[in-house]
Amino acid sequence: MKATTLDYHRLRLGYDRYVRYLLFVCAFLMTFIILSIIIFVGKQGLSTFADVSPVEFFCNTKWDPGDGQYGALSFIVGSLLATMLAVVIGAPLGLTGAVFMAKIAPPWLREVMRPATDLYVAIPSVVYGFIGLTIMVPFIRTYFHVGTGFGLLATSIILAVMILPTIISISEDAIRAVPRPLEEASLALGATRWQTIRRVLLPAAMPGILTSIVLAMARAVGETMAVQMVIGNTPLLAKSLFTPTSTLTSEIVIEMGNTPFGSAWGNSLFLMALVLLSLSLIMIVAIRRLGRGRVV
Amino acid sequence: MMSARICDKIATGAAWLAAAAILGILASFLIYMLYKGLPVLSWQFITGMPSDMRAGGGVGPELFNSFYILVLSMVISFPVALGAGIYLAEYAGRDRLTDLIRLSTEMLATVPSIVLGLFGMIIFINYLGFGIGILSGALTLSLLNIPVLVRVTEESLRTVPAYYREASLALGATKWQTIWRVVLPNALPGLITGITLTAGRAMGETAILIFTAGTTVSRQLGDFDVFAAGETLAVHLWYVMGIGLVPDRADIANGIGALLIITILVFNLAFTIPGRILQKKMTGSRN
Repeated sequence: MKATTLDYHRLRLGYDRYVRYLLFVCAFLMTFIILSIIIFVGKQGLSTFADVSPVEFFCNTKWDPGDGQYGALSFIVGSLLATMLAVVIGAPLGLTGAVFMAKIAPPWLREVMRPATDLYVAIPSVVYGFIGLTIMVPFIRTYFHVGTGFGLLATSIILAVMILPTIISISEDAIRAVPRPLEEASLALGATRWQTIRRVLLPAAMPGILTSIVLAMARAVGETMAVQMVIGNTPLLAKSLFTPTSTLTSEIVIEMGNTPFGSAWGNSLFLMALVLLSLSLIMIVAIRRLGRGRVV
Repeated sequence: MMSARICDKIATGAAWLAAAAILGILASFLIYMLYKGLPVLSWQFITGMPSDMRAGGGVGPELFNSFYILVLSMVISFPVALGAGIYLAEYAGRDRLTDLIRLSTEMLATVPSIVLGLFGMIIFINYLGFGIGILSGALTLSLLNIPVLVRVTEESLRTVPAYYREASLALGATKWQTIWRVVLPNALPGLITGITLTAGRAMGETAILIFTAGTTVSRQLGDFDVFAAGETLAVHLWYVMGIGLVPDRADIANGIGALLIITILVFNLAFTIPGRILQKKMTGSRN
C-alpha cells in the first residue's frame, strides 16, 4: 500500500520534470523566434548590397527602382521626422493625462480612463488612418491652404493620438510606483500638489516616463497602415510639413505587392524592414539602459 | 505663497483639460465612425459577397476570415504563450538564460508588425510553401500575439499570493499540481481579460496580413479551408480605400469601420469589465 503511494509520487515527480522541460522549450521559443526574424530578414535585406552600394541606399534620395536607383534616404528621414513630431505633439498630452490619472483624478474617473486607454490601443490602425484620411487631411487642406493636405503634419497628428495610450499607461504606473513617503514628506514641508508633482514625483518617475516615450517612438516608427493612408506616398524628401512624402513602412506596404521576391527591388524593401527592425531593437536596448524594461 | 497656490490651481486645471481632451478624442473617434458606418450596416452588407467593380458589395467572407484567422492564431499562440508565461513566473531564476528569454520577449513585442509580415512571407510562403492564405496569416499573426500573451500570463500569475502556493505545496502537491490546480484557476480572471484585449487588438491588425493572408477572398462564404485566400475586414478597408475600384468604396469603408469599432467595443467592454470585477472580488485588490 505504502509502496504504491510512493510509486505514484515518483510518477508525479517525473511528470513534473517533464512539464518543466516543456515549459522551458515554450519560453526559449521567444529567443528562437526573434533570432530567426533577425537572421531571415537580415539575410534577405543585406543581399541588396550585391546590387546597390550602402552609400547609395543610405545617403541618396533618388528612389526609382525601374531605373535602378535605390536611394532610401527620404524614407528614413520621413520615418524619423514623423516619429519625432508625433512624440513632440503626443508626449505632453499623454504625460499630463498620466499625472492626472495617477494623482488628481477622482477614483470613478480613473475607472473610466483605464478602459479608455485600452480602447485607444484596440482601435485598428486602419481605422485611425481612415479617420485621418477623411477628417484630418481635408481639414489641413482647407485651413492651411495647401495642395493636398497629405504629409508629415497629418501623419504626426494621427501618430500622436496612436501613441497616447503607451505614454499614459506606462507613465502612470511609473508615477504611482514612487514611494508614498517621498510625496508625503514634500506635502508636509508645505509644498502644493503641483510643486510636489513637478519637483518630487516627476523626477523620481523619470526612468519610467522615458521608457514610455521610447516605447511610444518604437510604436510610431513601426506604424504602417495609418501612416500609409495619410503621408501621401511620394518618394521625395519632405520639404515642408505639408508636402506628400513617404516613410519606410509606407513604402514597404505599397511596393511589396508588385516586386518579385529576391530581386534587387524586393531585397531593398527587406533592407528597409531591417532598418526598422534595428531601430526597434536599439530602442529596447535603450529602455534596458533606462533601468526598468517594461513592454506594453 | 499665493503664487504657488495659483500655480497649483492652473496646473490642476490643465490636467483636467488634458483628461478631457484624451477622453474627448477617443469619444469623437468612436462616435464619428459609428455615425458614418451604422447606416451602411445591413444584413446584405454583413453577409453579402464583395464586388470588384459594381456598387453594393458586402463583406461576408471578410468578416468570416477575420474571426477565423483570429481564432486560429489564438489557438496557435495561446498554448505556447501560456507555457512561456508560466515558466517565467514560476520556474525562471535570475540567471543569464532567463534574462535572454525576457529580452527576446520584449524585443519580439516591439518588432513592427510590417516586419513580422515580411518575415511570415519569407518563412510560411517562400520556405514552407503554405501560399498566401488563412494559415500563413494566422501563423504570422500568432507571432504578434505571443509576446503580449506571455506578459499577460506572467502578470496574472504574479497576482496570485505566494501563500496559496505554499499551502498547496505543504499539502504534498507537486509544483506542477500546484500551478495547474491552484495558481492557474486563481489567475484566470486576469488571464481572460488579457486574452480578450489581445484578441481585440489582433482583430484589427492589417500590415501583418496583407502579404500573408492576402487581399482576396474565397469564392464561397464560410470556407474553412486553411489554404483559402484570407482577406480580413481591416485589410479590406485598406484595400478598397487604396486600390479598390468600386464606386461605393467610402460606404464600404465606413461600414467596415463601424463593424470593427463594434467588435472592439464588445471585446473591450462586454468581456473585460466582468473579468475585472471578478478579479476584484477574488483577490480583494484595489487596483
